[in-house]
Amino acid sequence: MFVPGNNPGMMADAHIYGPDSIMLDLEDSVTMAEKDAARLLVHNALKSIDFGGTEMVVRINPLSTPYGKKDVEAVVKAGVDVIRMPKTETADEVRELEAEIIKVETELGCVGRTLIMAAIESALGVVNAYEIATASKRMMGIALGAEDYSANLKTQRTPEGSELLLARETIVVAARAAGISCFDTVYSNLDDMDTFRKEVELIKNLGFDGKSIINPRQIEVVNEVFAPTQKAIDKALRIIAAIKEAQAKGSGVIAVNGKMVDRPVVIRAERTIALAIASGILSKEEAL
Amino acid sequence: MRNTKVVTLEEAIRKSGLKDGMTISFHHHFRGGDKVVNLVVAKLAEMGFKNLHLAASSLSDVHAPLIEHIKNGVITKISTSGLRGELANEISHGLMKEPVVFRSHGGRGSAIASGELHIDVAFLGASSCDELGNASGCPRSENAKSICGSLGYALPDAKYADHVVILTDDLVPYPNVPKSISSCDVDSVVVVDSVGDSSKISSGAIRDSKNPRDILLAKQAAKVIINSGYFKDGFSIQTGTGGASLAAVKYIRESMLEQGIKASFALGGITAHMVKLHEEGLIGKLVDVQSFDKVAAESIAKDQLHQEVSAVEYASADHLGSAVHALDIVILSALEVDVDFNVNVLVGSDGIIRGAVGGHPDTAEDSALSIIVCPLLRGRIPCVVPKVTTLITPGKGVDVVVTEYGIAVNPGRPEIAERLAAAGLKIVDIHDLAAKARSIIGEPDALPFGDKVVGIVMDRHGKVLDEIHNIVD
Repeated sequence: MFVPGNNPGMMADAHIYGPDSIMLDLEDSVTMAEKDAARLLVHNALKSIDFGGTEMVVRINPLSTPYGKKDVEAVVKAGVDVIRMPKTETADEVRELEAEIIKVETELGCVGRTLIMAAIESALGVVNAYEIATASKRMMGIALGAEDYSANLKTQRTPEGSELLLARETIVVAARAAGISCFDTVYSNLDDMDTFRKEVELIKNLGFDGKSIINPRQIEVVNEVFAPTQKAIDKALRIIAAIKEAQAKGSGVIAVNGKMVDRPVVIRAERTIALAIASGILSKEEAL
Repeated sequence: MRNTKVVTLEEAIRKSGLKDGMTISFHHHFRGGDKVVNLVVAKLAEMGFKNLHLAASSLSDVHAPLIEHIKNGVITKISTSGLRGELANEISHGLMKEPVVFRSHGGRGSAIASGELHIDVAFLGASSCDELGNASGCPRSENAKSICGSLGYALPDAKYADHVVILTDDLVPYPNVPKSISSCDVDSVVVVDSVGDSSKISSGAIRDSKNPRDILLAKQAAKVIINSGYFKDGFSIQTGTGGASLAAVKYIRESMLEQGIKASFALGGITAHMVKLHEEGLIGKLVDVQSFDKVAAESIAKDQLHQEVSAVEYASADHLGSAVHALDIVILSALEVDVDFNVNVLVGSDGIIRGAVGGHPDTAEDSALSIIVCPLLRGRIPCVVPKVTTLITPGKGVDVVVTEYGIAVNPGRPEIAERLAAAGLKIVDIHDLAAKARSIIGEPDALPFGDKVVGIVMDRHGKVLDEIHNIVD
């Protein structure tokens, strides 16, 4: 969930709505005049607010701006989990960010802690998606930024999103090939929950791991769409239980309801369980 | 008309036999749009009255002109359920020699009925009235200007005051039926330009809160209700008018439809939300002491199953027949809740009076399940605290506190805690909520209260519950 980095009230509250990840923004939601104040605010928020264990991401300004490197220093020192790099076009940019992170982490004596998410927001970025996704071991995911991307394509956003199809598919394929996560762009019309729901259904079917959101009201829809059915959860739980049983017996062959369970089935079952936990319909205890 | 009670305001006052030192009363059904209190007290000041006791069912921002009348000695004592705005601010700083007496709606009704609060002259605004004094809060002609629906809080005054003056801006032909106040209880009728500003009396259409925190609190409150054990066919409910309370109605409605459950009645301040559920057949009857918006006021005017009740019938502790004794579930708000589940709805965390006792202690004590919905923090102000600034509703009547950081259940209701936990709701110790608030905003400075008592809070049984001291800047 995107939260403006210049709004202390929203930052302090964000985790109570249960997003999987909170992204404090220093880039587009903060005006030039407030960049320094927001950086200081985000730094202190990360250090002092109890976000209830929610994954914390900060979207920094591009390294090509006067703010980017200062942003990296401030948020790494505050212990951020993930840095989101905006407008990523090449693998070199990711490596440049990694070098900046290493510089700060070395100073702190905690090299390797900070992960990177790259936002792809241009045609060049889409073309280079796989290289970007594999540019660093710190890469945890890639995300689509659709506003800049559609402007770069010389088109505009449509309700059905046909202009984004290639970018979305490319990002999913690149992320899967690189073994990292992928996240879809935001949907900004808060009054049109029906179109939002359709978009979430679309990107889920395309293979995305999640959707960026801009308001807590959107959380419920994303969770509902991504939530597996009870039938699917029950089946996944049976598969996982069968695996554990087989492992305990030292048996190599696993069968559920008389059918052989192969590797993709296991992976899908694990993903179903993870989604059920993320959607709040299964507790971690129940999944064990 | 051969007989008429219509006179000017000055004539009505003279006829009433009002003397210095007596008690005059008003209702607050015109809320922030009320013009009656200011109009009448200005006339009393002009006529030279002094040392009067003003006993209103509540007072709000619009009554700031009373400050001058207090300074001039026209009003020297106030009894009310609530105080807001500049008047509240001045009183909190020690404007009056005598403390303001605060009573709940049920407590006021009981005090009037028992004679503990004796009213000499009641000045009661009405949306329509005939020449003999049959008065109503409902519109009865095209000239109706100030519609408020139920006149429930005015009914004890009309019944027990020695002398009753109705003020109306819509005089209609006899008989003005159905009536709220009977001509037999009325001594004079005064026609005025306007009894209230309709735009400030009630809002129009339903507006659902889009505040994510309200929605979160509302969903949690609805889950508490649905899993409390009281959510079954024939249940009864009362909700407040806060964003979270109103939003909760929406989620309760969804569960009622899903589970085929219907409520027997909704009580209290009736809102458009409740009217909608009633019209859909989900709530059998509406028991209305105060119509909170235009939709509710219009509904009570036309719907036989939407009935007015007096403050005594609504919430008196003395009458086992009062509606709160039949109430299953109430959702209430709070300025502060403490670790003993005591609630303050009257005095702000700055020590300034900024609210109303209302029906809070009445409904909390007598309902089967009372739920307080309040955020843990309002900006930098903690709402779950070690000890409330002012005690309004004792914790023994408060069952569940819903915050965005978790739900606390009164240790006196372990069965409710068990049911909610079984439904997967996050139950927390209220001490942990208070500690959480402290960890976020730190330890607030103690309030600079002075030695002067500016307010006395009476409990609904007529005993002194707490004192409010003056605040020193």
